[in-house]
Amino acid sequence: MLEDLTDAERKALAQCRHAVLGADHPLRLDCGVDLGPYRVAYQTYGALNAARSNAVLICHALTGDQFVAEQHPVTGKEGWWESMVGPGRVLDPARYFIICANVLGGCMGTTGPLARDPATGHPWNLRFPVVTIADMVRAQAALLDHLGIADLFCVIGGSMGGMQVLEWAASYPGRVFAAVPIACSARHSAQNIAFHEVGRQAIMADPAWQGGDYRLHGTAPERGLAVARMNAHITYLSQAALQRKFGRNLQDRSALGFGFDADFQVESYLRHQVSTFVDRFDANSYLYITRAMDYFDLADAHGGVLASAFKGTQTRFCSISFTSDWLFPTPENRAIVHALNAAAANVSFVEIESDKGHDAFLLDEPEMFRTLSGFLQGAASARGLS
Amino acid sequence: MSVAAPIRVDLQLIADMVEPGGRALDVGCGDGALLAYLVNFKRVDARGMELSQAGVNACVANGLSVIQGDADADLRDYPDDAFDYVILSQTLQATREPREVLRQMLRVGKHAIVSFPNFGHWQVRLRLAFGGRMPETPSLPYKWYDTPNIHLCSIDDFRALCRDMGVRVERAIVLDRNSRPINLPPFVANLLGEQAVFMLKRE
Repeated sequence: MLEDLTDAERKALAQCRHAVLGADHPLRLDCGVDLGPYRVAYQTYGALNAARSNAVLICHALTGDQFVAEQHPVTGKEGWWESMVGPGRVLDPARYFIICANVLGGCMGTTGPLARDPATGHPWNLRFPVVTIADMVRAQAALLDHLGIADLFCVIGGSMGGMQVLEWAASYPGRVFAAVPIACSARHSAQNIAFHEVGRQAIMADPAWQGGDYRLHGTAPERGLAVARMNAHITYLSQAALQRKFGRNLQDRSALGFGFDADFQVESYLRHQVSTFVDRFDANSYLYITRAMDYFDLADAHGGVLASAFKGTQTRFCSISFTSDWLFPTPENRAIVHALNAAAANVSFVEIESDKGHDAFLLDEPEMFRTLSGFLQGAASARGLS
Repeated sequence: MSVAAPIRVDLQLIADMVEPGGRALDVGCGDGALLAYLVNFKRVDARGMELSQAGVNACVANGLSVIQGDADADLRDYPDDAFDYVILSQTLQATREPREVLRQMLRVGKHAIVSFPNFGHWQVRLRLAFGGRMPETPSLPYKWYDTPNIHLCSIDDFRALCRDMGVRVERAIVLDRNSRPINLPPFVANLLGEQAVFMLKRE
């Protein structure tokens, strides 16, 4: 299965582990397709204890990947959650066995549209089946089976990672001791679907996209992907943070240029943000993963009542939102908490004051770290973890 | 820990009413002192609800299960009989709809434990009757224009509401200025008690 990899995938797989799963028992996807064999690329930090009780699964967001706390093999940048994971941090590898797997449909080594259809031998591209958040979680559960891990001490993630956390708690309640959904929602809102659609249209409008078969044509829809990323990036920030950071400051000039160069710092910032992104991310993967988020509606899968998704749960939950997050605003997180209350679940909920928008969950937010250390400490003593 | 950390006397009284090993919800749990006591010393599966975000964050950072919410809006999410005890300490008088809050507490919990300042206390009566001013006492230390207490009641008022709602009073403890229980017949209690703690049950 390692033939025909992109440069990014090759570099990724050289720096992490992977498992080929589903050869005997294919993954039955929500769309009805049986997928198998498929590859899951994952990274681990720390060691599993003798009781196998200290495993923590980190679920990454839309454009995240398994390189949580190390230099990224493609971009050379630091890991996306180094503030959370590392020695002396909230998730300390000295204490926990930390796992993060690239999601199904991803482009950092896990099977997605870049892979070849085993039935035809041709690249999947847009013929790859549409996957859902539940499918991603099924693949992660299969990985845990493969690793011999019966249950997780904690599943944690923000944004799309938080959706996976909720799906984990609903689909595998017996395998999740503690769940931390951060800055997320139990169903993707109309506004968020709309933003995703703009991103997808930008990719598909790029002539280099070639109906999804760009690798066959030796092209790459980088401009479309860049626009999609710019558009999305704005939704991860906040009006206040953008104003504080950039205001109307001009970039490398003292007067307006009366043209369409990046006159303003904020324009230059957006252009810079996407320059490395297009090197590490695949445009078709972007289509598939945004679609998975759009399709997410946990209540719908449980008779329209979100509380039913958590009926009888013994999992301890800690939900976190941020005041300036307008992508997954506090009321959407609170709706999860209300449903958990209705299921009489053990739940904590904290809204953290921050002007950094949705991205706050990735940044240095001491209040979030304090909250999570307290929550995990309480959960660890309940679990008998030293 | 083997020695119980001291908590406020009125909270200790409430804690003493809670049987070990049960489930409790502390509505308006503040900094989590009572919750921590119930968890650590009575093995209670205790949860909290608190209006102030700073209070919630402090509680969760201490490993307590607390959500941001308030008695008026957020009790209705919980299913019937979710808890053995629902506790409302010194907060009933600050709710918008005390009667509905009590009803919800008794729906969600098998028992409700409620403490409140007694507006029938003689100092309150004197200040209003002869001073002609809104009462300010150690239990009610607010000016009329900045008080959070919008539904004050006397001990007798509260008993009347319980009768009206068909709620059984399992225990009623009247406290003096130092939050120590005093044993008094009901008509004197309403005059001399500064605070009261009631344990209630649905009939």
